[in-house]
Amino acid sequence: MGSRAHDSTAGERGVLAVSVASASALPGAARPQSRWLAAWPLYPLIVFLVVFLIYPVVQLLWLSFTDPSGHLSLVNYTRIATTPVYLQVLAITFKIAGWTTVFTILAGYPVAYLLATLPERRRDALMLLVLMPFWTSFLVRTFAWMVLLGRNGAVNRLLVALGIVDAPVSLIYNFSGVMIGMVQGMMPLAILTMVAVMQNIDATLAKAAHTLGARGGQAFWRIYFPLSLPGVAAAGLLVFITSLGFFIIPALLGGAHETMISQVIISVIQELMNWRFAGALSLVLLGSAALVFYLYDRVLGMSTLSGGAAGSDRLAERGRANILSTGGAWLGGRAIALFGWLCDRAALLWELVVPGSPRRPQRRLARGVLWVAGLLVIAFLVVPSFFVIPVSFTADRFVEFPPKGFSLRWYATYLGSPAWIDATIRSITVAFMTGIAATLLGAAAAFVLVRQRIVGRMAVLTLVLMPLILPRMIIAVALFYLFARLGLVGTQAGLVIGHTVLAVPYVVITVMAVLKTYDERYDQAAWSLGATKWKALWHITLPQIRAGLIAGFLFAFVTSFDDLTVALFITAGATATLTRQMWNDLLLQVNPTLAAVSTVILLLITVFIVAAELLRRRAVRH
Amino acid sequence: MAESKIKLSVRKATKHYGAVTALAEASFDMREGEFLTLLGPSGSGKTTLLMIVSGLTQPDGGEVWIDGRLATYAPPHKRDIGIVFQNYALFPHLTVYENIAFPLRMRQMAERKIAEEVMRALDTVQLAHTAKRMPRELSGGQQQRIALARCTVYRPSIVLMDEPLGALDRKLRDQMQLEIKHLHQHLGITVLYVTHDQDEAMTMSDRICLMNNGRIEQLGAPQELYFRPRSVFVADFLGESNLLPGTVIESGASLVVEGPGGLKVRAMPSPDLGVGARVRLMARPESLRLIGPGEEADNVAEGTLAEIVFVGGVRRYYVALAGEAMLTVKELTDAGAAARSPGEPVRVGWEAGRTIALPESAGSSP
Repeated sequence: MGSRAHDSTAGERGVLAVSVASASALPGAARPQSRWLAAWPLYPLIVFLVVFLIYPVVQLLWLSFTDPSGHLSLVNYTRIATTPVYLQVLAITFKIAGWTTVFTILAGYPVAYLLATLPERRRDALMLLVLMPFWTSFLVRTFAWMVLLGRNGAVNRLLVALGIVDAPVSLIYNFSGVMIGMVQGMMPLAILTMVAVMQNIDATLAKAAHTLGARGGQAFWRIYFPLSLPGVAAAGLLVFITSLGFFIIPALLGGAHETMISQVIISVIQELMNWRFAGALSLVLLGSAALVFYLYDRVLGMSTLSGGAAGSDRLAERGRANILSTGGAWLGGRAIALFGWLCDRAALLWELVVPGSPRRPQRRLARGVLWVAGLLVIAFLVVPSFFVIPVSFTADRFVEFPPKGFSLRWYATYLGSPAWIDATIRSITVAFMTGIAATLLGAAAAFVLVRQRIVGRMAVLTLVLMPLILPRMIIAVALFYLFARLGLVGTQAGLVIGHTVLAVPYVVITVMAVLKTYDERYDQAAWSLGATKWKALWHITLPQIRAGLIAGFLFAFVTSFDDLTVALFITAGATATLTRQMWNDLLLQVNPTLAAVSTVILLLITVFIVAAELLRRRAVRH
Repeated sequence: MAESKIKLSVRKATKHYGAVTALAEASFDMREGEFLTLLGPSGSGKTTLLMIVSGLTQPDGGEVWIDGRLATYAPPHKRDIGIVFQNYALFPHLTVYENIAFPLRMRQMAERKIAEEVMRALDTVQLAHTAKRMPRELSGGQQQRIALARCTVYRPSIVLMDEPLGALDRKLRDQMQLEIKHLHQHLGITVLYVTHDQDEAMTMSDRICLMNNGRIEQLGAPQELYFRPRSVFVADFLGESNLLPGTVIESGASLVVEGPGGLKVRAMPSPDLGVGARVRLMARPESLRLIGPGEEADNVAEGTLAEIVFVGGVRRYYVALAGEAMLTVKELTDAGAAARSPGEPVRVGWEAGRTIALPESAGSSP
């Protein structure tokens, strides 16, 4: 008995000890929270992208290495390599992308320089103008160029009226048409990239150069220009790689000699239904992009892509590594010295011709020239699209400028056509659902990416940004193949999934930017005041980043609304979106109904984008 | 000093930004070899004035003469000046050597001569071993010295410095102040210096030009500004001061002012102030002392000890006078001194020669 009693006391003591332990520990306090578990909001997006991006793309590329019987084979690639027409298309694709890059950088640099050296308020205003075409539908813009540059277009009418030419000249359906369209399309991207680097160049450096004895040109070429080169390199790379995948502009503004590889992929799918061969062409497209990427990295170092002062250092280090870049650096140095010297001599000459007096304020000629050049380029970006508006009110049956008479008949045609109205409603519905899906997936992921230190952050970021890096054509073809087997072709669900893949990077980038400026101590304060994580999120965080979320939603909405690439394959006839419907009409016959539709799209998207941009700025500044 | 020649002369320089007057008719002269500091709170116009001298900003009116030549609207590269910027503005893509060689290259100097001059400049700042490095590989203090070397290597008429020590920590700043001063003496250069730090200005300058609201408040040697301020702003900005409101009741060979609570205070005579003028009485806390019951002084105020603050080397007494006025008395700490405690009645005494009556200007704060 004694021993039992003793036992029971010991048992009681044990229980007591346990209960003390549990009473003194808060729930969940004993173990650290698993980092894997904490990162859960990221997982839906990862799974989504793996299933609807990585898997189909890898499968498509795999398919390209098989023959019709399913065996491993290089037959598709030997066909590309031995068929002159495909090699020609590849050469044309590179030629167009190359010239687009050259013209875009040359015209974009002065604008970027102007923007980077303006006070913030003015810069924001001009930046909005530069960004507008970035978001204006490619189809609308291309249609606008057809209105402007066609045989009966505004430019030809003007040239003939002024007696400069006798008969209308061919401005489109040739190389120049493609260049005009491509350069306009790529310019915002190039300007944005260059401005990002230029803004980090300390303005006092140029001032310091002046006080040390440099005339305007010398200071620019010896100091500013070398420091801005990482931005130029990054912009060039982005423009070139993006240009490789274009198809709308060469198809509508080019002739037979301006056929690019994406157009061939489309016809291989739509006319031949040959997945394997389409996959092989896709891989060639992807491979070309990767090759350019690799060469850039060898010569300039990838750090140039991230820009900033760090870039120039790494540039110098890399430069010593191989002959190619050492030679390049030497040549570049000579060129800069030469430009600097030329500018100096020119300025000296100018001073001799027009001697500045210390008694009078100096006029700043160079700045004036820069403004004129900058505004001309911005006008080239913004103005053409608006030509569709007057054309839409024409009373005539043809698209021409200036329009003949005034009528609303084309709006009536648009509103009276079940096909157009169905397409419009479908586009808006899909865009709305895409906006919701992308915002949910993207915002959740952005929270984790900004706030937690997760394993493989770079890999996750790369995955999230992949839809921006991969040529859209490849994503579209891969999704088509996947959807064909899942029965999602022609469904709204399929469209929403495809568009969400394309749109989600914009949401992640926007929300991450806003979250980075958000002071986490507000949340910590809320937690310390007794709020749960969810309540703090709902009452404290979300209200403050609301503008960023709405901006992300609007960007996603526009991405979906404006997409043609995915819609091209997985919609048809009765399930067409607005862009698909326009594309069909544009290929068949240009008519004033298109002008009416374009006007509607233009106004709709302009309102959305200006709203989104203003909200984003407010959120980031906040 | 009188025989050395005028290096810089600014006449009625004026600058507006929209409705804001950044600089209102500022005039001053600088002699060769002088170290003159533009001192003032932010927005006082000191940087605007410096930028006008440099040519990086164009004035709306007035003239700038450098070395006897009119330079008001001449571009910076023709002015024969050098600037050390707040963030140094070393060119990040050029080595230290190339940075210093830059002004010489702009002057088309021969390569061999450039090498000579650059190495000499580097020796002067004792950083010859950094010639091949990039600016970002140097410490803040080293970058500062390279910036100095770069703007002195071509021997400009005037070196302008825009808060060059602002980015350094306290200790390094003290060290660099002395280094800049030594460099100034060693090279015999003329320096126009901008700072908002009064200690820095006092330590380094031959003369200080104190600015406020786009105007020059007072220009003179540091001691003059400190002990003979000409306005409430100057008295208040430099060091600590007791400022009591009052009215002149006797003017002439001696000046007597009636302060708060009927306190009569004798001050330095000032011909500008007539009987009845509203003034502020200024006396430095270290000029005041607590005196015993029988002790006499030119001015004596009786009050209650409100608070004692011990700050190492000095002790501050806050004495409440009748009529809500408060005096601060600063004494060197003496371990053997009689202990006092708040609440006890005390007498404060000080000399008429240490008391200045300043005209009450509209809008000046107490």
